[in-house]
Amino acid sequence: MNRATVIARREIGSYFHSPIAYVAMTLFLVASGISFLNDFEPGQPAALRSIFDWMIWFLVLIVPILSMGLLSQEWATGTIETLMTAPVGETDVVLGKFLGSFGLLVVMLIPTLLYVVMLRIYGHPDAGPIISGYLGILLVGALFISVGLFCSSLTRSQIVAAVASAAILVLITIIPWFVGSKAALPKFWRTVIDQAVFKRYTDFSKGVLDLGNVVFFLLSTAVFLFVTVKVLESRRWK
Amino acid sequence: MIEVSRLTKIYGQVLAVDGISFDVPKGQIVGFLGPNGAGKSTTLRMLTCYLPPTSGGATINGFDIFHQSEKVRENLGYLPENVPLYTEMRVEEYLDFRGRLRKMDRPSRRQRIDYVVERCWLGSVRKRLIGHLSKGYRQRVGLADSLLHNPAVLILDEPTVGLDPTQIRETRKLIKDLGGQHTLLLSTHILPEVEAVCDRAIIIAGGRIVAQGSPDELRASRRLTARVLVECRGPAEQVKTALSHLSGVSKVEVTESDGHSNEKFVTAAVRPKEAYDVREEVARTVIQNGWPLREIRLEHATLEEFFVQVTANQAAARVEPGSDA
Repeated sequence: MNRATVIARREIGSYFHSPIAYVAMTLFLVASGISFLNDFEPGQPAALRSIFDWMIWFLVLIVPILSMGLLSQEWATGTIETLMTAPVGETDVVLGKFLGSFGLLVVMLIPTLLYVVMLRIYGHPDAGPIISGYLGILLVGALFISVGLFCSSLTRSQIVAAVASAAILVLITIIPWFVGSKAALPKFWRTVIDQAVFKRYTDFSKGVLDLGNVVFFLLSTAVFLFVTVKVLESRRWK
Repeated sequence: MIEVSRLTKIYGQVLAVDGISFDVPKGQIVGFLGPNGAGKSTTLRMLTCYLPPTSGGATINGFDIFHQSEKVRENLGYLPENVPLYTEMRVEEYLDFRGRLRKMDRPSRRQRIDYVVERCWLGSVRKRLIGHLSKGYRQRVGLADSLLHNPAVLILDEPTVGLDPTQIRETRKLIKDLGGQHTLLLSTHILPEVEAVCDRAIIIAGGRIVAQGSPDELRASRRLTARVLVECRGPAEQVKTALSHLSGVSKVEVTESDGHSNEKFVTAAVRPKEAYDVREEVARTVIQNGWPLREIRLEHATLEEFFVQVTANQAAARVEPGSDA
């Protein structure tokens, strides 16, 4: 087995040793259940629009909490020393930690497939928007986790890591949404906001699959992971 | 096995390790001895590829620590100071994780876990959460982890710190048993530990090697710095003169303490001239003079005094050959 996968497996396991995974999953299911009530009404289109629209807000809240300990805890307890003196590279560690968190996100999403089943039983949902909605959530989740992982690599304090990543996520998601909802904006700022995460994400939940959006999320995730690897390596230059 | 040449580490403005060189041959147990802040941990961290050296280099099992870091780490078992572990994992689970990281296959993982669990007396806590274990058990988990892949070289940073006396004895015995099969480098600030366990000691202070030698040589230099403390009831001046006249004695210091009769208790600190035990002569003199003897004991120098002494001896040794010539 690949070393990154070994680290990822341990990471998922350790989530379930603490209450954090259970709390996050419960909150997630409650929130998505409530928003599903909107979709699951007679006369509504058979789709998961409300769930997907709400999910991104929920990720802004939950991802900083899930990712805060990934590396900061290793720094704080000193386990980074045992980890890095085993024959593993910085890239293995960063990828492993990332995949561990991402794995938990996937596990959280699995129960929501039940809603898809319910829609199929009681209606004729259009598969396209549902698939693109899930793809959007996974891509946004990946980007958010890589931001959280990056913040976690910078500090020994989990709280600082959580606050820093929440701040970045709010900056790239909620603020552009808020400003964008105000009608009158200069052309330049309108363009900037259209590039932001929220606008791109809504395309997915509408069922619009745009290659540019996919590339945007993959690339920005890769950039954050790359920088995190560099932060880990920087201990060698000090 | 371990070859270190002019290894140096500078943190910002602080020179932590100052160009040290030494070798550890295959199968030997070498103790790395020094007071706190001497640069022991920094040296070990460089050898285990956790920190890069500022200059100089080292090879472990023939692999360069800078250019073949992954190979070095494959051949190395390391127990860091304070033994950092994932507290939320169970002992067996943790060892299995470490085995997977080292790409051991399932049968060899199973077999080696059984072996190290037995070797480090972890049988009774195999399924326990590491966070619930005492310091002594955690230390053993760390040791088990460092042995897991049967590495050629073992590097242990203060393996007995925080253990109770029985555990210290057991750990030392284990370390001694491991010598021969493995090459061991261990750090400590406990002098008797080196004498009990190691084939050779390297003494480091202020980032430099100040002395190295076998435990016998160490013991000899330690005797040099020992002094005999005598407590008896007698007149301070007379006690001092009588003891000073003994042949093997170089210096006597006398302090008075309160007694309930006219004569006070005196404690005399007797420093012998060479590595020579003067206890018997001292006792005889005190008794012949009719001073009631309360206590007599040999007091070893503290590690700090020992270092001062060793460093001074080194300086003297360096001067002597020159003056002969």
